[in-house]
Amino acid sequence: MTVLQKKSDNPVAHLSAEDVEEIGRRLDAIRQEVVDSRGADDAAYIRKVIDVQRKIELASRAVLLLSKFPPAWFIGTAGLSVAKILENMEIGHNILHGQWDWMRDPKIHSTTWEWDMASPAEQWKHSHNELHHTYTNVVGKDNDLGYGIMRVDEDQKWIPLYLAQPLWNFVNACFFEYGIAAYDLELGKNLATEERRNDPKFKAAAKQVLKKIRKQATKDYLVHPALSGPSFVPTLAANFVANLVRNLWSHSVIMCGHFPEGVETYEKTSIEGETRGEWYLRQMLGSANISGSKAMHVMTGNLSHQVEHHLFPDLPSNRYAEIAPKVKAIFDEYGLRYHTASLPKQVASAWHKVFRLSLPNGWMAATTPKNAPQQVAQLYKLTTGGPKVRRAYDRAQRAQAEQALAA
Amino acid sequence: MTSTGLGLRDRVTRLVEAATTPLLPRDYLDLFAPLRSGADLRGKVVAKRHETADAVTVVIKPGRGWREHVPGQYIRIGVDVDGVRQWRAYSVTSDRAATDGTISICVKAIPDGKVSNHVVRDLRPGTVVQLDQATGEFTLPAQRPAKALFVTAGSGITPVMGMLRNHLDELPDAVLVHSAPTAQDVVFGEELRAMAATGRLRLVERHTERDGFLKPVELAELVPDLHERTTWACGPAGLLEALEEHWAAEGIADRLLIEQFRPRVLVTGEGGAVTYNKTGTTVESDGATPILDAAEEAGLIMPSGCRMGICYGCVLPLREGAVRDIRNGELTVAAPGDGVLVQTCISAAAGACDIDH
Ligand SMILES: Cc1cc2nc3c(=O)[nH]c(=O)nc-3n(C[C@H](O)[C@H](O)[C@H](O)COP(=O)(O)OP(=O)(O)OC[C@H]3O[C@@H](n4cnc5c(N)ncnc54)[C@H](O)[C@@H]3O)c2cc1C
Ligand code: FES
Repeated sequence: MTVLQKKSDNPVAHLSAEDVEEIGRRLDAIRQEVVDSRGADDAAYIRKVIDVQRKIELASRAVLLLSKFPPAWFIGTAGLSVAKILENMEIGHNILHGQWDWMRDPKIHSTTWEWDMASPAEQWKHSHNELHHTYTNVVGKDNDLGYGIMRVDEDQKWIPLYLAQPLWNFVNACFFEYGIAAYDLELGKNLATEERRNDPKFKAAAKQVLKKIRKQATKDYLVHPALSGPSFVPTLAANFVANLVRNLWSHSVIMCGHFPEGVETYEKTSIEGETRGEWYLRQMLGSANISGSKAMHVMTGNLSHQVEHHLFPDLPSNRYAEIAPKVKAIFDEYGLRYHTASLPKQVASAWHKVFRLSLPNGWMAATTPKNAPQQVAQLYKLTTGGPKVRRAYDRAQRAQAEQALAA
Repeated sequence: MTSTGLGLRDRVTRLVEAATTPLLPRDYLDLFAPLRSGADLRGKVVAKRHETADAVTVVIKPGRGWREHVPGQYIRIGVDVDGVRQWRAYSVTSDRAATDGTISICVKAIPDGKVSNHVVRDLRPGTVVQLDQATGEFTLPAQRPAKALFVTAGSGITPVMGMLRNHLDELPDAVLVHSAPTAQDVVFGEELRAMAATGRLRLVERHTERDGFLKPVELAELVPDLHERTTWACGPAGLLEALEEHWAAEGIADRLLIEQFRPRVLVTGEGGAVTYNKTGTTVESDGATPILDAAEEAGLIMPSGCRMGICYGCVLPLREGAVRDIRNGELTVAAPGDGVLVQTCISAAAGACDIDH
């Protein structure tokens, strides 16, 4: 997706400044309604989810003590995967957002919670809540956009390395929790120079992450298997699979949030002096929802309501479903695209983008079964030919686009 | 236990912790045994009994960590009202000998009172509440006074009831002057009258709808040997102030012990002095500026994040005071010990504030 400001068909061109502020006021009113009606039922909900999650985890780990027996392995692994997903998504992510701080329960609070994740809560809160949620989809500011290792936008210059990005993305999905820890540490940037590597602040943070990883790994790959005695290896495998399932699942859900085709991105300069209404508008167009059953919403931590979550990151997740129709009504009234589709569709769309942008701009769209041989030959040239060849290609692409626009 | 035994226990503890990280073993144990020893102190409501139309006795089974209280002391209890944890103080009223490991408190609903109305009307037996150990100086000395006087009004009878139920036999001469609107409004009325009937307590009931509010001069008429007595008083601020003045004027201020129920009334308006206890700084801030901005302008290093109320990177405990959410005008008030957590980036002072930072 080209950053919004460069698009020929700017999807917000029809809105006046006054419209944007009115949208902001209406969204504020929706937020206030939920704040005013938060109460005992909501508190009971999160306590129930925590209670159920802990019991599923305990039961699954108990069953896995006998994981030598295949049925026990399958049931235990499935249970542990579900428990880990719930713990990360509906519980950890949302508590760390401060969604439940209003309960004033020190045990369920963003300042005290720690989660089953490689990244320590403290570091994740900084990179996720402050950077990602504040600078959502702003190219160059939002680390979640491609996690700093991927090409997620036409405006990022294509280099041959990006051909491997579908593979990167898959590897990142499998080890997602470590990927998150790495970009919370801004590993790429911080390892780049001697000075940054030796920065005491970075060193302390890295040490904290390693300590957390060691503790997590000790639990999953040493203590639990050891407690299983003769089932040591199957239990170790079960923990590995459960972590893998959780990683793949959370990666998929999170990719669906901002990656599907049609989600807007923004230029750095566009957010200077942004008003509250404009901030809301950026969140509205920069997120995508997943439609599905109640169980699916819970398993995604209600990130299936990504639009609502980005508008109101601190409202309790169990309330997003109820405000979604009201939010959608505002989109409809102002002629904006409320991006929603089923999980398979959104995942496919996000992967489509990963593949499309792994290739030079326009290449995928221009390729048909008929011209495939020429296209592949051209790609070969672009890959091996050096920057000059690629610049020439870019120029041709731009000229083509302008022609199309003129026509 | 031997030193090797201790080492073993430590090792087991460490192993269990390694198995539950990032949580603690107690996070799992709490699911099944919230009242076990070693848990944060909690209690289970086992019964509720109406004393008057708007006052109930709540019988609580405290967790294993409960330490005996001294009659007259109070506990703080944390109850969730509309999903929000609220802490309030209530005097322990129960008879230590007669109870089966339970304690009781008596709560009177006050107009618009958040917690008291919830406890009186909605709190259900079976609910687990948070507790603090009993504390307070409003107790009888080990050397029981030869002559005691208790002056109470309304729900102020509660700490005194705790003393009478446990120690009346040890008091050779006890007088209770109690004020309530009518005879029906006297909390523990029947029980007090029964105590009086045995001759161990002289009970003077004042029904203010008929007799008006009690004045210290009248008290002196009702209890002529008042200076010879050690006096415990608990009731509305007005009564307590009048008594303190009278006792001071008589030169016997050291013979009067008072218990105040009502937290200091906070002046909540626009702005106030915000004190940061760890840095010892005080910053005057107005009612429109977020505490965060005001503190930073004053040179303090504050935790912060988005500065627009969404990331919770700026949350700090409000030890005491009042702040207003600049987004919707909502007031958050904290009494000492509450440690209510507030987002400084969207909170303006609404009175003097003491912040833990
Ligand atoms: C040491 C101590 C012991 C106490 N023991 C008891 C007890 O045994 N039984 C009991 O019922 N209460 C007792 N209290 C009072 C109790 O802690 C609460 O303050 C009371 O129940 C009101 O709480 P609330 O949440 O209902 O009112 P809030 O919602 O906090 O206040 C509502 C309104 O009432 C005012 N208000 C607050 N407290 C009082 C009060 N006590 N009287 C009149 N107006 C008030 C407030 O200023 C406010 O305007 C004790 C207090 C202390 C400090
Ligand atoms: S700085 Fe973000 S909520 Fe306060």
